[in-house]
Amino acid sequence: MKEYMLLFRGGLDFATVSPEVMQQSMMKWMTWMDGLKADGTYIGGERLTQTGAVLSGPQKQLSDGPYAEGKEVVAGFIAIKANDLQQAIEIAKGCPIYEYDGSTEVQEIAKM
Amino acid sequence: MPGPNQHISQLADHLFRREAGKMVAVLTKLFGTENLQMAEDVVQDTLLLAFNSWPDKGIPNNPSAWLYRVAKNKAIDRLRHNRHLLNTDPENLTETHDQPLPDIDKPWKQELLEDDMLRMMFACCHPRIPKENQITLILKTLCGFSTIEIAKAFLIPEDTVSKRLYRTKEFFRNEKVTLNIPSVNELKNRTDVILNAIYLLFNEGYNATQSEYLIRRDLMDEAMMLCHLITKNEHTRQPEAYALMALMCFQSSRNESRLSPEGEIILLTKQDRSRWDRQLIEQGNHYMNQAAYGDAVSAYHLEAAIAFQHCTAKSFDTTNWPAILGYYDWLCRIAPSPFTAINKAVAIMQVNGPQAALDALQTIAGASKFYLYHAILGEVYTRLHDYASAKISLEKAIGLTRSAPEKRILQEKLYKLLN
Repeated sequence: MKEYMLLFRGGLDFATVSPEVMQQSMMKWMTWMDGLKADGTYIGGERLTQTGAVLSGPQKQLSDGPYAEGKEVVAGFIAIKANDLQQAIEIAKGCPIYEYDGSTEVQEIAKM
Repeated sequence: MPGPNQHISQLADHLFRREAGKMVAVLTKLFGTENLQMAEDVVQDTLLLAFNSWPDKGIPNNPSAWLYRVAKNKAIDRLRHNRHLLNTDPENLTETHDQPLPDIDKPWKQELLEDDMLRMMFACCHPRIPKENQITLILKTLCGFSTIEIAKAFLIPEDTVSKRLYRTKEFFRNEKVTLNIPSVNELKNRTDVILNAIYLLFNEGYNATQSEYLIRRDLMDEAMMLCHLITKNEHTRQPEAYALMALMCFQSSRNESRLSPEGEIILLTKQDRSRWDRQLIEQGNHYMNQAAYGDAVSAYHLEAAIAFQHCTAKSFDTTNWPAILGYYDWLCRIAPSPFTAINKAVAIMQVNGPQAALDALQTIAGASKFYLYHAILGEVYTRLHDYASAKISLEKAIGLTRSAPEKRILQEKLYKLLN
């Protein structure tokens, strides 16, 4: 069994979205994540606020957010268990983010 | 924190929308209408926190109480940081240096929240705010619609919606509008303005003239929710509000039968009356009885009476058309409008025949800009076997309606006429 990181980018624009759409979206996330928890796939995860900063270069140059355009902003991540990349991709396909103009990046977590 | 893992299905439909309206109202009372934006921001932040934490931690046992607690804490933060923004109460001027925070714990009980929604409704329906801006602000603040959703519902550019909201907020700032239930001598007139806004909102839902869908149930539901608040409050309940509530119950009872599964219009003559919602009709009757106290007969009373006749008729032909015509006569006297006169012509056609209806239609001033006028003229001419005139009228009607299902049913009539 391997572990994979699912990185969620984009999704709902929380500045303008209505409460109704927010609730519908939340319930879809909840249904999906409850499924992952029920079959033991889910390891853990968090959602991110858009408060933060970027440090870069040898000078440790500091820049405030937003550090990416809407669709590129990382909205959250979860770690899951899967047999291989193909299965991890199948799991990621169940995520509701695509309905809200978002994307998921699937990467294997390196294990010694 | 209450225990997690309440099942998703226990989360009430529209919980966020419902609670957003209440929270905006109570926070606006706290912050002052000039800080409406701040109230909206706090509510959005609160819902976002729920969005981010509930999927992982589970739904709290009492979701509403959770939201209120978070909103309250966020409000306290804002008040601490923005004390200078708050309108200083003139009576407390001496204390400006270290003004105490307003009492933030009290207002979160259901009845008080509903009271604040009422106050907010009165502010939104300030007589000096244009009607379309009133409805826009109600939908945004009390019904939790986004700018995009309002734009879609009324087929107007998003930018127009933003401008309307901006202007109304500016009005609040300039006029220092307070969230009050108006005084007794103002109450009747001010409530009438609200009822009118609710009526317009409901009608847009019932007959979404501007949309690709004919029926917008969400708008109808919101209108009924708001009117229900009016009837629940001892200060604002009045016969007109009950009558409007009855009218909305009767009208929405037919929702299921008005459209085919493909979204095509089914005319009243062909609707499956067994699919009408008996429970809503019952509720309508109940409100009708409550509307009967006092001696006021408003347009809502008469429209409800007409809708009642339709709802309780076994078929189109056995409908009590003479009674309906009588109500229309009355309606035309107390609330004359080209639209009412056009609808009355249908009743005339049923009672006195198509020639009488044609005569009536031709005397209506200012009606030719309504698609309905030409649609009904088309029907009248068809019954009079004047197919050439019927064709012209139907074509005019098609050119005037912006609703796709309306266009299609008119085209179907035209097609039948030509074949």
